Amino acid sequence: MNHLLKMKRMKTFKIGGIHPEDNKLSKGVEVEVFPLPKQATLFVNQNLGAPSTPVVQKGDHVKVGQLIAKAEGFIGANIHSPYSGTVTKIDPVADFMGYKRTAIEIAVEGDEWMEHIDTTPELKKEITLSKSEIIDKIKECGIVGLGGACFPTHVKYMIPENKKVDYLIINAVECEPYITTDHRMMLEKAEECLVGIEALLIASGAPVALIGIENNKPDAIAHIQELIKDHPKIQVHPLKTKYPQGAEKQLIHALTNRVVPSGKLPIEVGVIVNNITTCYAIYEAIQKNKPLIETHLTVSGKSLENRKNLRVRLGTPLREILDYVGIPEDTGKVISGGPMMGKAIANLDTFAVKGMSSILFMNEKESKRGETINCIRCGKCVLGCPMRLEPYLLAPLVEKKDYEACEANGILDCIECGSCSYNCPAFRPLLDLIRVGKGRTMAMIRNRKS
Amino acid sequence: MDYKIIIIATVVLGIIGLVSAVILYYIAKKFRVEEDPLIDEVAELLPGANCGGCGYPGCKGLAEAIVKAGSLDGLNCPAGGSSTMDNIAGLLGLSADATEPKIAVLRCNGTCELAPAKSLYDSALSCAYANTLFAGESGCQYGCLGCGDCVTVCQFDAIYMDPETKLPTVIEDKCVACGACVKACPRTLLELRNKGKRGMRIYVACSNQEKGGVARKNCSVACIGCSKCVQVCPHDAITVNNFLAYIDFNKCKLCRKCVEVCPTGAIHEVNFPPRKPKQQTEEVNSSNESLA
Repeated sequence: MNHLLKMKRMKTFKIGGIHPEDNKLSKGVEVEVFPLPKQATLFVNQNLGAPSTPVVQKGDHVKVGQLIAKAEGFIGANIHSPYSGTVTKIDPVADFMGYKRTAIEIAVEGDEWMEHIDTTPELKKEITLSKSEIIDKIKECGIVGLGGACFPTHVKYMIPENKKVDYLIINAVECEPYITTDHRMMLEKAEECLVGIEALLIASGAPVALIGIENNKPDAIAHIQELIKDHPKIQVHPLKTKYPQGAEKQLIHALTNRVVPSGKLPIEVGVIVNNITTCYAIYEAIQKNKPLIETHLTVSGKSLENRKNLRVRLGTPLREILDYVGIPEDTGKVISGGPMMGKAIANLDTFAVKGMSSILFMNEKESKRGETINCIRCGKCVLGCPMRLEPYLLAPLVEKKDYEACEANGILDCIECGSCSYNCPAFRPLLDLIRVGKGRTMAMIRNRKS
Repeated sequence: MDYKIIIIATVVLGIIGLVSAVILYYIAKKFRVEEDPLIDEVAELLPGANCGGCGYPGCKGLAEAIVKAGSLDGLNCPAGGSSTMDNIAGLLGLSADATEPKIAVLRCNGTCELAPAKSLYDSALSCAYANTLFAGESGCQYGCLGCGDCVTVCQFDAIYMDPETKLPTVIEDKCVACGACVKACPRTLLELRNKGKRGMRIYVACSNQEKGGVARKNCSVACIGCSKCVQVCPHDAITVNNFLAYIDFNKCKLCRKCVEVCPTGAIHEVNFPPRKPKQQTEEVNSSNESLA
């Protein structure tokens, strides 16, 4: 009974949402450091926004942590070399979609780090930097949101003068099925993450930080609750498991009951959201001077026996990772990211990038879509939509190319969580169409302005 | 009793009808929009498919534009072709520009066999969406995605998906060169080109702008930008930009030298009679002529 009451009090977002099978198959596997590859390739576009400009040339010798591509524009992030070695090529290389993008190829020779980076594993708790120094450091180290969107973190902390941050929210929800990197991070590097959060509290000026964790990770909740006794400004909030709780707007709603207005950023309601793994990267950046040169990957799948949580240097060839775990025979699809929002990898001969959080193997049966039949207006898509949209209406509007009507029906509010497609009993590609419509509607609005 | 009800109903409805008719008549008189009767006449001559190929919203739009402009400069109905424009010119007492008949041409030949699939696409059947997701089943980021956006957009049923090659095929007799498919293709693989004499035309059936080796990895008939065709062309009709050859159909004299020299077979000739016999008959013809 007591347990039930506790459940009832647990917070979650109110509108829509679904309950996919959580399949956290790799939650018990410790993070393993993946060996260095011989040859690595780094795309210059690893973040949301403008691609970075290479600052090295063919034949240059680089060390670990050396800047190799500089951020461009307001929304941009630096890229540092995760290897020591020689730059062999700067050429277009096919990314995971198969599109050729500029990339820097490095022949790895040894593991020589830049002198200013502290490579010792000891925990450094005391933060000596000031607010602006922390933000500069985050910018310099090329840190992006590691929840998947890869939005440059420092941009979030350029807070407009008339705005005040009331809450710093740390997203440790990990609502996507299969992925367990955030979970492992909380169990293995919790103290480091908490120092990172303290630094973000200084940077944002927020009085309190709320960590949102779904209640399917009781060990992580208990562990962090134990540790925050030394951190009076940090609170942990267990949340009722529901997808897409890890979406920024849904998490803000769940924790603070505030609603971000349509088309606005969380700062509008006095909130900044950061992922827990990003906090770890921030800890490394400000305490150890270590730029973002690694990504944490869950390699999982129902048919995969050798499930792993890996720490991989950026630019590692995917093939090496796949060979390391062994591709299951009945694989029908390989996905980068979670099964709900991730994208199928069309080209396996590509390389690890910032924000790549998992590689999933879907077996043949799981990866095929059911046969699409007609919509019967059952409304299950509306029920699942966390943004109060009507996917059954939007999808045909996109098919009819009526983008004015799409805009009027709020297509731009779609967070692309895929709940509608997941719920649809007729297997209609609702999200697929809405994504097309979103792009076209945005293009239409841009045209209207110009 | 029963009769009365029927009579009353008929009379009441009749009066309502009459009053409404009078109101409608006066409104129609008062708010009459003066419209040039010529517009309707011109619209009558147009095909009426409302394909939008002329750049105006529908046939009536073009008719209005023609009547308003008072000339046919720059106004053309690609669907109707020169005969339609001649008819309109005759009606208005103007002279129409002579336009060459055109046809939509697919600048990709990445069939299932020549550009084998490396991945499978299983999502919304729309090129526009597939284009945002991946480079294509063959891995060529310039090639045809094969989802048929051009087929759905064609108002004249002039394109169909060939199930064997998985490439859209243009039906020559039906294509009116309205350009709807050109706009629909997210990779602008379709191009309106001159139909040519007796339908004979030569074009580069590839849009790949990668270096030769890279392009050939995904597709055996890709243009590798070797420029052999440029050297051999006697009419300066071919240019190579970004490792891709382009034949200017206004300059091309259909000599077919480039087709012979192309190492990958990326240059296509259409509707030419078979090569060997034709050369022989030509020789025979010319010898006959010289004899005569």
